[in-house]
Amino acid sequence: MCDAKICTDGEKMDIKKSAVAGTLESNDVFVEIEESDTLKIEIESIVYAQFGEDIKNTVKDMLDKMDVKAAKVSLNDHGALDCVIRARLETAIKRASEVEA
Amino acid sequence: MRRSMLFMPGNNAGMLLNADFLGADSIILDLEDAVSTAEKDAARILVRNAISTLEYTKSEVIVRINPLDSPFYTSDINEIVPTKPSMLMLPKVSSREDVLAYDELVTKREKECGMEEGTIKFIPLIETALGIENAYAIASSHSRVVAVLLGAEDLSADLGCKRTKEGNEIAYSRGRIVCAAKAAKIACYDTPFTDVNDDEGLKKDAALAKSLGFTGKASISPRHVNAINTVFSPTMAEIEYASEVLRTIKKAKAEGLGVVSLKGKMIDAPIVARAEQVLQAARELGVDIDE
Amino acid sequence: MSKVLRSIEEAVKLIGVKSGMTLSFHHHLRNGDYVLNAVMAEVAKAGIRDIKINASSLFDVHEPLLDHIRNGVVTELETAYMGAKIGAAISSGILAKPVTFRTHGSRGSTIADGSSPVDVAFIAAPTSDKFGNCTGKIGKSACGSLGYAFSDAQYAKRVVVITDNLVETELENPSIKGDRVDYVVELESIGNVAGIVSGTTRITRDPVGLVMASYAARIIEASSLLKDGMSFQTGAGGASLAAAKYLKDIMLEKKIRGSFALGGITGYLVDMQKEGCFDKLYDVQCFDLDAVESIRTNPCHEEISAIQYASPDNIDAKVNKLDVVILGATEVDTDFNVNVHTDSNGKIMGGSGGHSDTAQGAKLSMIVAPLLRSRLSIVSDRVTCISTPGDTVDVLVTQHGIAVNPKRAELKQRLIDARLPIVDIHELKDKAQKLAGIPAPIPVGDKVVANVVYRDGRIIDTIKNI
Repeated sequence: MCDAKICTDGEKMDIKKSAVAGTLESNDVFVEIEESDTLKIEIESIVYAQFGEDIKNTVKDMLDKMDVKAAKVSLNDHGALDCVIRARLETAIKRASEVEA
Repeated sequence: MRRSMLFMPGNNAGMLLNADFLGADSIILDLEDAVSTAEKDAARILVRNAISTLEYTKSEVIVRINPLDSPFYTSDINEIVPTKPSMLMLPKVSSREDVLAYDELVTKREKECGMEEGTIKFIPLIETALGIENAYAIASSHSRVVAVLLGAEDLSADLGCKRTKEGNEIAYSRGRIVCAAKAAKIACYDTPFTDVNDDEGLKKDAALAKSLGFTGKASISPRHVNAINTVFSPTMAEIEYASEVLRTIKKAKAEGLGVVSLKGKMIDAPIVARAEQVLQAARELGVDIDE
Repeated sequence: MSKVLRSIEEAVKLIGVKSGMTLSFHHHLRNGDYVLNAVMAEVAKAGIRDIKINASSLFDVHEPLLDHIRNGVVTELETAYMGAKIGAAISSGILAKPVTFRTHGSRGSTIADGSSPVDVAFIAAPTSDKFGNCTGKIGKSACGSLGYAFSDAQYAKRVVVITDNLVETELENPSIKGDRVDYVVELESIGNVAGIVSGTTRITRDPVGLVMASYAARIIEASSLLKDGMSFQTGAGGASLAAAKYLKDIMLEKKIRGSFALGGITGYLVDMQKEGCFDKLYDVQCFDLDAVESIRTNPCHEEISAIQYASPDNIDAKVNKLDVVILGATEVDTDFNVNVHTDSNGKIMGGSGGHSDTAQGAKLSMIVAPLLRSRLSIVSDRVTCISTPGDTVDVLVTQHGIAVNPKRAELKQRLIDARLPIVDIHELKDKAQKLAGIPAPIPVGDKVVANVVYRDGRIIDTIKNI
């Protein structure tokens, strides 16, 4: 069994530019990544009351897995499942670090 | 059993979430035409995550990757193969060599992931004039190839003719695809019917495809799935006739008769083979058969 | 002497509306209604306070009501349904006394038996004569049936008809007769036509909705109820209408003629009746222009009152003769209890309407709802609010499978035999949690903002502030 690979060979992800991924459609999430000296996470969600903490943990986990140390990450969530949030974060981070996806 | 194959856009989170419940025997998660160039990376990652977490169980999963003349197919294969979809749909296949080029990458990725070589099957999409002429070479190119799909939209552009509902312009191509697939002993699927508001037209088109020997039909609309399933399922009359054929044969054998007839018509080997096919299909659909 | 007055102001004065009274309104003009706001503006202007409003439903068009509540003009509400904006304000606790939520049927019966008396009924009427004979079937603001207003007209101490089409000649076959009417007031307009009825109610194109609708129709087909004489009710929501479409195909193919379709009537049910699927339409509320046209011209399309429709005191109520009803839900729990009062955040955004009336009356009551709505599961261990008790709900249809109430073992076996995808309701809950995660509990306050009163008069649940 080979897990779907997230990083490109453990290479550290430096956020080199702003990038976005995802949509504002229902069941999706719109992710924006910007350069920053520190790590900042902003979450807006229509299910914040039920899943706000879960979403925050997912963002932290993805940033950790992709070795992002500093960035401003904003999410506008319309009820995306965890696997969708992870996909959109991964896409945005790869775009922002100019990694060939 | 694959009667209906439903295309789902690969970058639409909501549709991927519900793709499994639309009644299609197979769903084709599309990374190619349904996804804009700027979103190829996003769709690939989304489809990868969807397959590995959503547990599609009701429909078989096929992923349509990007073509050899695009910069995307290598990444598509590398990301998607580890999630083990049943099949990759290979677009714009025009020759045996095209299939082998995809196979090389897939084999490499399977090995890297410790998967058994040949796990991922192929369904080449034949949608060029050259592809039609090479249909048998494509169908028999590799053991991964278990089916072919006719793509009439791109094909009619290549042929320089207008695509019509009647489909006279693809009559030759349909015949050629069916013949090539049957010769290679693989399944063959008809092109989607693209008018989502013409239910009667869809039924006619599907019935025509079935009469030509196609095993099933692709669809771009969930609303077409039921009609396609109905057309490509054996009817109760067909099932009853098939069981009667087999009962008659059994009885004749027991009585030691050589020549058998049913309702004045001689039952020969092709009729028995067809009856067995019908009953096999019926069993897969869970129909109670009086055997 | 004439009943016709120049203004609502005059009616309020002549009737002697005073503090502490109960005023009633119907909701046939739905989100287009001008009448409730117009009356309450006059009541407020006259310095009257401490009014109880008993409205068959409240829509978001009635938002000015919130100011009357804040100013102490209105201090008590009784209704069967509340729009989301009004509901959110009520949930925030702006009203000192809890709202009384009843069902459509028991609102009628409690007005009739005097347990919820009405002092003055203000009846919006699309057409009236000067004697107060009135109807909803004609006029520029035609809404069709006036069924929910019948009990108000019959049992309120005083009755004021408010119309924007006052006709000279005496109205033949009025829906509400003038002998109960004290005054008639003519306004320029009683409602915004666009909000009263929809042009056409459309069948959903959402593929998941269609899949669920097709399951619903197949459940009816397999249930043993699909035979000549069958009666049927469904909502105006996309998936409910789609279920009617699939049912129609089956009925026409099998040449089955049902007895009646009931409830809120849509153009779709009108077509089914015309094509021979049902002998009659019993209509307590028209949802679209086709239904309004039909109730005006089709003798088989009959206007009925809330009491005839669903009163728990009326053994002949149509709901008791109902075979199949298709209903919606915001939540269903593993005991099949249904919530249609609040959203998943606990805020009021609906109400029972006829939900629990029909669920209890019908032989087969079916809830149709997608398993997940933007990451929120329809199935939980316990609904936020019990609107309809689980022992009156037979089947939950989702795209992930169909759960049958364990009390209906025979039905379950029939559906299994028909190869429908039957699952245990706990499996649905687990599946949703696996996909979406486990939602954090919503913190609620400790003030009761609404009591949910069941058909039998019991308070079956309370809604807390949020």
